[in-house]
Amino acid sequence: MKLLLATILISFAAVTSPALAKTYNLEIAYNEVNITGTPIKKITINGGIPGPTLLLKDGEDVTINVTNRLNENTSIHWHGLLLDPVMDGVPTYNKYPGIEPGETFAYRFKMRQTGTYWYHAHSRGQEQDGVYGSIIINPKGEDPIKADRDYVIVLSDYSPENSDSIMKNLKMSSEYYATSRRTLGDFFHDVKTQGFDKTFKTAKDWGKMRMMQTDLADITDYTFLVNGKSPEQNWTGLFKPGERVRLRFINASAMTFYDVRVPGLKMTVVQSDGQNVEPVSVDEFRFGVSETYDVIVTPKDDKPYSIVAEPIDRTGFAIGTLATAEGMKGRIPAQRPRALLSMADMDMEQMMKDDPDMEMTPADMISGWAKTGMPEGQKALSYADLRYIDVQKDQRKPERTIDVRLGGNMERYIWTINDKKYSDAEPIRLKYGERVQLKFTNETMMAHPMHLHGMFVQLENGQPADKLPNKHTVIIPPGQSYSVLLTADEAGEWAFHCHLLYHQMSGMMSQVVVAKLDTADITTSSHSNMQAN
Amino acid sequence: MHVRKFFLISCLALPLAYPAMAYETGMASMKEMKNEHGGGIFHMFRLETDAGSNKKGDSVQNWELDGWIGTDENKLWLKSEGERNKDELESTEFWALYSRNISMFWDAQAGIRYDTKPNSTTYLTLGFNGLAPYWLETEAHLFMSDNGDVSARLRGETDFLITQKLILQPYIEVNLFAQDVKEKHVGSGISDGQIGLQTRYEFTRKFALYMDVHYASKFGETSSIAKKDGEDSNEVIGTVGLRLMF
Repeated sequence: MKLLLATILISFAAVTSPALAKTYNLEIAYNEVNITGTPIKKITINGGIPGPTLLLKDGEDVTINVTNRLNENTSIHWHGLLLDPVMDGVPTYNKYPGIEPGETFAYRFKMRQTGTYWYHAHSRGQEQDGVYGSIIINPKGEDPIKADRDYVIVLSDYSPENSDSIMKNLKMSSEYYATSRRTLGDFFHDVKTQGFDKTFKTAKDWGKMRMMQTDLADITDYTFLVNGKSPEQNWTGLFKPGERVRLRFINASAMTFYDVRVPGLKMTVVQSDGQNVEPVSVDEFRFGVSETYDVIVTPKDDKPYSIVAEPIDRTGFAIGTLATAEGMKGRIPAQRPRALLSMADMDMEQMMKDDPDMEMTPADMISGWAKTGMPEGQKALSYADLRYIDVQKDQRKPERTIDVRLGGNMERYIWTINDKKYSDAEPIRLKYGERVQLKFTNETMMAHPMHLHGMFVQLENGQPADKLPNKHTVIIPPGQSYSVLLTADEAGEWAFHCHLLYHQMSGMMSQVVVAKLDTADITTSSHSNMQAN
Repeated sequence: MHVRKFFLISCLALPLAYPAMAYETGMASMKEMKNEHGGGIFHMFRLETDAGSNKKGDSVQNWELDGWIGTDENKLWLKSEGERNKDELESTEFWALYSRNISMFWDAQAGIRYDTKPNSTTYLTLGFNGLAPYWLETEAHLFMSDNGDVSARLRGETDFLITQKLILQPYIEVNLFAQDVKEKHVGSGISDGQIGLQTRYEFTRKFALYMDVHYASKFGETSSIAKKDGEDSNEVIGTVGLRLMF
């Protein structure tokens, strides 16, 4: 409701004074928060988790003063925003220095896009510890997406532990948080249901590769939040029956993929990663870390509807309620069964090389990761459904293909791009204006949400060239390949990484350099931007 | 005394590991950035201490420390184990190795092992440590003592989960000698070995209690020497203990 009022006020203000420049002040500081019943010191923005929703407008000049009250460096990255590279907020990139304790950094940019985005720290694991918030950029004129209500739904995974300690524990033992490993009991249960031979063969095949079928999530003791609220605290958005309600889903989690649904309602997906798409009606969608989806729901009845985001390892829910009055609570559905990974979730090429004699049954060829447990007859969103609402300006064929192989060593918790960790990697160099294809191959058994800063990529999802959807984050499922097209039309140094926080922190990150003059010319391209501070 | 020597050995091994741990110089924040994205230093140490007795009722105590500090690629690996029998220190070992990641699941290791009991000996140590197919944690080390004797040790263990917290860990260890070593009462060939089962309950990953039962046996010439000395050539030992990870 507040958001709605604010939106109306801002639209009104914008009409009366169109050239109004906007200023926000964000203060990053330690504060006690109480989410799970025990107050814990976390990192907050303006005292809260998540930080405030920034309401911006296309064409507007924006200044955001970020003050660091921590005893370590911090930074804010504006996720999905097109801007001057030095304002992108990744320390050391484009000579952006980060924000030292006690300092204030003035981020300045002119908005040149619309949609739902978000912001978060790009320093250590501060994003997990609380430094994230949402951004809404309204169009200059009327929003083509019509809605009576407009709510941001920020999903996040909250841990009582701090991110440094989680990273250390994962390096101590990659199984540190694994609480669903196969037990002897599971083995005997399978012997009973599937017979000894098959059960033994499965255990043998997975054991030979030293991989775990239960490896869906690296960290398990999370509480899942909707707009900073636990399921018990029950975030509530109000509606009147028959109203069109816009839900702006943002997956601000550090590590969690969800299956998102509003039981009893069809969701019409109208936007992904801030970019409008042709409306598509679905029952649920799989939600990668750092993606966003805007959907419209039209609840007809005078009753509460649950907004359900179920993590793919089925260890709880992020849950909120759409209600006709405060205090109403929707039904919490039963937890869906946890999927087991299958041979189809492996990089086949690699596997055949390792063991050409491995026999596979048709059941082995069905991805375990992709199993949602959705009731039959319902529709889950597929990337192939996404069609850009306008006509893509650049429909050129790519001049070259850049291979991006996603690799890792789960046993030692090392994650790589093209076999290199960030600490050892060379940047990917592009010429300004160049059109390239990025061909992702996931050689691991986990899905990786790959995020490129500063530019949108076009998903090669089978739609015609003029209708390819824009994305800032692309999920590459386990063992699969997926390609995207990129027009390198923003000069600068751009971070390119897996948005699973601990994958990024253990090396799954690279740099894309778009150089205006010469591909070898890396750091000078954005030097002049330093003046902007 | 042996603690000081252990410290000295560690200091000697550190320079081996250090060059790889040090980062290239440059902008301070650039270095930080690399440390925060794959270049960081981490550690893992596991300490197991237990007490119990053998079949005859003699008291037995063991300790084992095993762990590392370093980057993904280069680690300083420290190890110590010892056994007290009838309140007498029977064997103690202190290891300091440089450990280098050479493939997905394996580290190559080189360094020094120093024993104070049964007699004071220093060994040059080479070996491998890693995870073999079928989840078999494996160690294989070759030793050359300061007297020029060559020996080796092979060790394997794996986990079977009864629940996520109650875990059975069978293990096996074999020692081999290339020649007779009189002062250690061993003959050439397979000298001794043990096979055991640790049953542990992990209250947390970092804190567990366990019961251990193992059968230790001497073989061949070594067994004959033991018999001649009036010692048992095999025994069954049961202990309870505490396991910490830090």
